[in-house]
Order: sequence, then C-alpha cells, then structure tokens
Amino acid sequence: MPYIPLSEKLPGITGLLDYRKDTALPIRELTQILLRGESTLTEGERELIATVVSYGNECAFCTAAHTAAADVLLGDTNIAELVKHDPDHSPVSDKMRALLNIARAVQKNGKLVTPAMVAEARAQGTTDRELHDTVLIAALFSLYNRYVDGLDSVTPTEPAFYDRLGTILKDKGYLPSENRYAAL
Amino acid sequence: MPHIDLPGDYPGIRSLFMFSPVTALPLNNLVQTLLHDTETSTLTPGERELIATYTSSLNNCKYCANTHGAIAKYQLNGNADVVQHILQQDVEGASISDKMKALLNVAAKVQLSGKSVTAADIARSKKEGATDKEIHDTVLIAAAFCMFNRYVDGLATWAPEDDSVYDSIGKQRASEGYMTKPFIVKQTS
Repeated sequence: MPYIPLSEKLPGITGLLDYRKDTALPIRELTQILLRGESTLTEGERELIATVVSYGNECAFCTAAHTAAADVLLGDTNIAELVKHDPDHSPVSDKMRALLNIARAVQKNGKLVTPAMVAEARAQGTTDRELHDTVLIAALFSLYNRYVDGLDSVTPTEPAFYDRLGTILKDKGYLPSENRYAAL
Repeated sequence: MPHIDLPGDYPGIRSLFMFSPVTALPLNNLVQTLLHDTETSTLTPGERELIATYTSSLNNCKYCANTHGAIAKYQLNGNADVVQHILQQDVEGASISDKMKALLNVAAKVQLSGKSVTAADIARSKKEGATDKEIHDTVLIAAAFCMFNRYVDGLATWAPEDDSVYDSIGKQRASEGYMTKPFIVKQTS
C-alpha cells in the first residue's frame, strides 16, 4: 500500500503525478521534450535509455512501462529484453550501445561516466546533443524510479496493463491530456 | 573538462542551462515550485533547501551541495552552522527539528534507492508530525536532486573551488528564486 493516499485507479507514477500537479507539469514537459521532442535519436531508442536506467534501479513499474513503450515504438519485443539482459549482444547500433553504457553509469552516479566511455560514443558518431540528452534522460529516470518506489506506489502485476500503458505513451506522449488514462 | 562543449564562465548546471535552454525551462520551473515558492509547501524554503543540500552531499556532487548549502544558509537567516552539519552528513548533530531529522532520514534512503524507504521510516516521520504532503515533497526533492546531481556530474561540468562563488550564488537564488539570469563567473585555471 502506498505511504501516502493516492488514487486507487492510478497505479505507479500516474497516481503521484495526479497527487501534486504543480510539480507534475514541469516533470511531464521535460519528459515530452526528451523522449518525444525533435532528436537524432528515435523515440524507440530514447525509450531504451529509460528502460535500462529503470531496470538498473530495479523499478518494476517503470521498467515494464518503458519496455512496453519501446516495444510498441520499435515494433519488436526482443530489443528491449536483450538490452536489459544481454546488452553486449543486443540488436542496437554501436552508437546506441555506447550511449546505453553511459546511461548505465549515470544510473549509479554521474561521476562514473568516464572520458573513455565518451570517446567510445564519439567514435560511433555521437553528437554533443545526443550525449547531453542521454545523460539527462538517464538522470530523469533516476528521479522517476525513486519517486515511484520511494512512496511505495502500486505496481500492477497484470502484463496487459503495461501493454495498454505503452500504447498510451506512444499515442499521447507525456503531456497532460483529457481522459489520458481512460484506456488503462 | 566537461564531456561536451559548454559555454565557459558559467559553472555547474548553469552551463547546461545555457547549452540547452529548452530543457532548462521545465527544470527551473520544477525547482522554483519544489524549493522556492512559499505557498507550495508547509516545509519552509530553508528546510527544502536542506533536503536538496543533503541529497547532493550524499551523491558527492560538489557543485549542487555547495550551491544549495549556500542557498539554505540565506533562507535560514544566515545559519551556517546547520548547513555545515548537513554538508558533513551529520543530521543528528544539526540544530533542526526532530521532524526534519526524520525527513532527512527518508531523503537519505531515497538517495540510495526508492526501495530503501521503509514503513518504519515513514512511521517515524509521521510520529514527529510530518504530513503526507511533507513526506511526498521530501521524497520528490530527494529524487529530483538524484536527477540534478547526475546531470551536473554525468557531463563533468565545472565546479568552482572558490567558496565565495557559491556564497554569491546562494545569496542570489535565495532572494530571486530560480528563474532569473545567472551571473558570469570567470574561470581561473
């Protein structure tokens, strides 16, 4: 049971963003810019960054939600699974492999990003903007994962729940919208 | 040296805000609401800055810990002693309320992992008079600084050595909040 009273109809992060809307709005806006805004990384690639950070933080709700979003955006259910469990053999570009490696370091602590990791990403053609966005996405999910688990929000166990949520994240993005969670 | 090409003469997160104004806006809106605005929380701005300072110190993020420590000092009527204890992670030795000690304990758990927060940590906070909203705000501030600290250190931004720089930033932010322009800090190599 959550540590504070949250709507029973809104599990995981959804209830927390509903609990305090004045702080939810900038968090949602930041997420929309980073995961759905203009970028040379695809939306699916950016969801993979969110997925590996959430997985590293063992945040079951965020991991399942962003795995589902990555699956539906990539049109493939194997990529996110391999990125989590067997990163060296995951079917992503060498650039994405280098960026996901940086994201995993950020998940633990920003200081763990080494010049060698950055050089490897650069060798694969990574731009300053892509490096910046990768670090900030990884940092943002370090916030989300702690928010979700730190207040012990509800983690649904039904796999189909996350398929429905993943579709909402693909179709509606992250900004507030009317009846946003009607399909949950 | 920063991992990406950042404008000089702006330390820490300010160099990142100059590099990426589009993400700076929601980030500044978040701290303005979460830390500075007086009507948004029953925790005082000084108390909220102490949570930010403590989390940043636990993450070993020099720029954020010193900056928010300095802001906290100005928000707490110049109480440098409390800030020093928090920067040294000596919560029990700090002259703060038992409620704040309990909330800082929650913040420390959040810094490790959201999963580290226990029902007993929450019960202690409530016993000392913390409301649901105050517990929520504490968790979100600690979580937000786990983001800010990683952003600042993950791109290896410049953290000035000179304490007077942090003091000047602290004085500015405590009075102006987070939405005004930063001042220039000349890099001395």
